[in-house]
Order: sequence, then C-alpha cells, then structure tokens
Amino acid sequence: MDTAIFFIQVLNSVQYGLLLFLVASGLTLIFGIMGIINLAHGSFYMIGAYLAFSLTGLIGDFWLALAAGVVVAVLIGLALEWLVIRFLYDRDHLYQVLLTYGLILIFEECRSLLWGDDVHGVPVPPALDFSIPLTENLSYQVFRVAMSAICLALAAGMYWLIQKTRLGMMIRAGSVNREMVQSLGINIGLLYRVVFALGVALAAFAGMLGSPVSSVFPGMGNQVLIVSFVVVVIGGIGSVKGALVAALAIGFADTFGKVLLPQIAGMVVYLLMAAILLWRPQGIFGKA
Amino acid sequence: MSELLVEATGLHTYYGSSHVLRGVDLRIGCGESIGLMGRNGMGKTTLLRTIIGLVRSREGRVRIRGRDATREAAHRIARMGVAYVPEGRGIFPNLSVHENLIMAARPGSEGRRDWTLERVLETFPRLAERMRHGGGQLSGGEQQMLTIGRALMTNPELLILDEATEGLAPKIAREIWTIVRKVRESGIATVIVDKNFAAVNSITDRNLILVKGEVVYEGPAAELRERPDVHQRYLGV
Ligand SMILES: Nc1ncnc2c1ncn2[C@@H]1O[C@H](COP(=O)(O)OP(=O)(O)O)[C@@H](O)[C@H]1O
Ligand SMILES: [Mg+2]
Repeated sequence: MDTAIFFIQVLNSVQYGLLLFLVASGLTLIFGIMGIINLAHGSFYMIGAYLAFSLTGLIGDFWLALAAGVVVAVLIGLALEWLVIRFLYDRDHLYQVLLTYGLILIFEECRSLLWGDDVHGVPVPPALDFSIPLTENLSYQVFRVAMSAICLALAAGMYWLIQKTRLGMMIRAGSVNREMVQSLGINIGLLYRVVFALGVALAAFAGMLGSPVSSVFPGMGNQVLIVSFVVVVIGGIGSVKGALVAALAIGFADTFGKVLLPQIAGMVVYLLMAAILLWRPQGIFGKA
Repeated sequence: MSELLVEATGLHTYYGSSHVLRGVDLRIGCGESIGLMGRNGMGKTTLLRTIIGLVRSREGRVRIRGRDATREAAHRIARMGVAYVPEGRGIFPNLSVHENLIMAARPGSEGRRDWTLERVLETFPRLAERMRHGGGQLSGGEQQMLTIGRALMTNPELLILDEATEGLAPKIAREIWTIVRKVRESGIATVIVDKNFAAVNSITDRNLILVKGEVVYEGPAAELRERPDVHQRYLGV
C-alpha cells in the first residue's frame, strides 16, 4: 500500500469511527445511566438519515435540514421516553429488549409507509462538494473531512457537558445513586428524559450527517445497531471515553480489514471484540 | 411553640406484608432539634424515608409547612427544604469533592442563601484540602462531612441525620457533633438518629423513642437525663 492510499484509508477509518461514536455514545449513556438496553437505538440513526433526505428536499439546504432534523429528533426522544421508556426503568432487561425490539418493527413499518422501500440518496452540500488532490490521480472529498471535524466538535461538546457542567454532574451522580440524587432535590425523571433525548438526537444526527456519503435505505439502522453494541461492549458499558476509543478502533479495524484481509473482512470487527474482551472482560474503560 | 415545619400524623408503612410503622406521629417545629431513638430495626430509618418520600406510607399524612406532602415526589420534598444525610453516607464516589458539593447547590425554599461553598469549606476545612479528590478516595469521616456539607449547600430548613457517626473514630465523631451543634445554632431544624444517646441528648430539644414502629416515649431532652428507667426499658443499655 503506498502512502497516499494508506493516508486515505486512515481518513476513512477516522470518519467512520467518529460517526459510529455519535451513535454508540448515546447507547452507552442510556445503558450506563438509566440501565436501559435500547435495541431501537439504530432506528434513530435510520430516522435521521430519512429526515435528512426529506428535509434537504423540502428546505433545499443540507445544513438547515440538519438543524431542523435535530429539533425533530429531540422531540421524538422526549415523547418516546415519556410514552414508553420511563416504564422500563425498574423492569428486567428482558422487558426492555422485547419492548425496544417492538419499537424497531414499528419504526420500520412507519418508514415503509412514509418513505417506501426504495433506496434514496442525499446530495453532498455543494459548498463542500470538491476534493483535495493528494497525488496525481488520488484525492479526498472535503465534505468527509468536514464530517470528521463536526463529529470531533460534538465529542468535545459532550466531554464538556458531562465533565464540566452541573447537568453532567447530576447525570454522573444519577448513574450511581438514584435515590440520593432525588433526595437532593433533583428531578431524576426529567434528568433521564433529557439524557434519552440527547442519545436519540446524537444517533439521528449521525444518520443525517452520514447520509450524503452512504445511501438512505431500509434496515440501515440494524447494521449500525450491532456495530454500536460492539463499540459499547469494547469501550466499557457507560463510558463515553471508552466509546470514543472503541469506535475509532472499530473504524480502523473495519476499514483496513476490507483492504488487507478482504476474505474475512466481515469478521475483523468481531475478532477485535473477542480479543479485547479476553484481555479485559469489562471493556477498555469499564469498571470491573 | 414555634411554627410547625413538619407534621406527620398516623403513619403506617409496610415493606410488603411486614407492618413496620404502626401509627407514628412526629411534629417538628422550625429550628427545633429532635432526637429519634430506639434499638436497631425499630423503624427509625423507615420513618425518615417515609417523611422524605422515598418510601410510601399506606396510611397517614405528612405536611410540610402546612402543605400536604404525603404523595409528593422525593425531589419536591427536598425542595420544600428537607435535606437528608442517609445511613451509610451517600456520597457520589465518581464525582470529585468539589462536584459533590456544587451539583445540588441552590437557595433554600424560603430564599435562604446562608450556606455557600465558602461557608461550607470554612465549616469543614478537611474538605477544602481535598477538593480535587474523588469522593470515593475520602476516609469515612471525610465522606460523612461531605454528605453533611452537600446537604447544607441546598440551604435546608430541616437537616435529617441518620446514624451520622456510625463507624467513625471517637475523635472524628466529636468533630461531627461540633458541626451539628453549629448547624442547629444557625437556626436549621434537625432530626438526629444516633447510637450515642448522650451526645444526641446534649444537642436536642426533645426526644422520641420508637419501639417496633410505635412512639413509646416523647419528652424534652432534660427529662430523659433524669429517667434511667426509660433508658433501661427502651434503649437497652
Ligand atoms: N427495604 C426493606 N425491605 C424489607 N424490610 C425492611 C426494609 N428496610 C427495613 N426493613 C425492616 O423494617 C424494620 C425497620 O427497619 P429500619 O427502619 O431500618 O430500622 P432502624 O433504622 O430503626 O434500625 C426492620 O425490621 C427491618 O428489617
Ligand atoms: Mg436505621
């Protein structure tokens, strides 16, 4: 592999890893803080992609569509927590898995009714639809670079929110002692609703942001869901930092797996997971 | 008698089928200090948790400043000015000392703003030296101070201390008692549960003794000192 191709693969790995992080961080927060196994999390990614498709068509500008889509996603998250998820906190994981699996079916059906079963595409925003030449015949699209930059900014924003703000302190406290948080006058129900909506918005945002480079198609959430669970398990359940490291690791394993080991490309990610779990069963940043 | 802060009447609380509180009445005046005594398993913690909304009573009422709080959510009761220092502490080990203190800081229900971070740190100089440490890295005594300091940061009208000196070295326990005295003198009402009856009695205005979920004795602190028979019968020492 010459250096230019290698460099392109590195950029692709980072871009895929960061996008995965946005989805997985919500999943790990919802699981780590609220104890909810949310199988429907991949559906939010799909909903995001379809929102980007429709809203970009409607509004005509990808970035405005993105902003509007985030608002819609937050509203969906708040409503869903209130309607369904809040009844699952004190239940066994089995109930959570059954109910959120049911949600996947409902979301897929709604998607089919609203958008049909065709594959769609979202145009790359024109301002960023050009490439930087790397060698004579290799170049890299600027939009993909922008995607990574936006993901990094969001990751930094999440770090700030969770580590530096009082809301973040309450969220972290809520993950260890719910009763004590309540006894300090904090509305834990509202706190959970906000965390859930944040998770939904992150997943949907990832789906929207990624839509111009992948296509928009039925079942796209399920692929992402499985890989996101791999990220959460490798990174350590509940650890956002772990999710970042694991998502980047998966990004590299997947991208380079396809190039270097094409015969077993589909397995590389899972082999990596097995290896890491043999070394640290609780995940890289998980608590033993 | 000062204005009533908390008025609990006829509380019956169950855990499943076990009847733990059997018609308890408890009145706490503004600024008043009450000792809640009784052997292990008599229902002291259950009574406190019922009042603050973490456990629901099957019968009876809780009023806070005359407002019905019987079915109120725990966080709302806290916001009515009731702060709770639970048995076995309740610090957040994954938050730093500083974060533990500021996460729930707010003006009191009556607009009280007496307890600021500076004042809490003056009261607990040991915490000031440990601000960047994780809550889980503190010694038992420091954790207890952190829990009390955190409760004070909510500027409460009532501070409930459940076994605050449990398992602490006598020297540290004395420091805690000194602080509780200061808190009481600042006008905050207190409910104190502790095995050290003499220490409790030296702070409180009034004491109650619970036996199997019923109040069997209630009287001013001065009286209990003169009643070795009550001690003997209900507290077993
Ligand atoms: N969560 C619970 N579930 C069932 N029984 C409990 C629970 N908590 C306390 N009890 C029982 O209720 C009774 C009173 O307990 P508690 O209020 O903790 O007493 P105290 O604080 O006076 O030691 C005890 O018999 C105890 O075993
Ligand atoms: Mg107790």
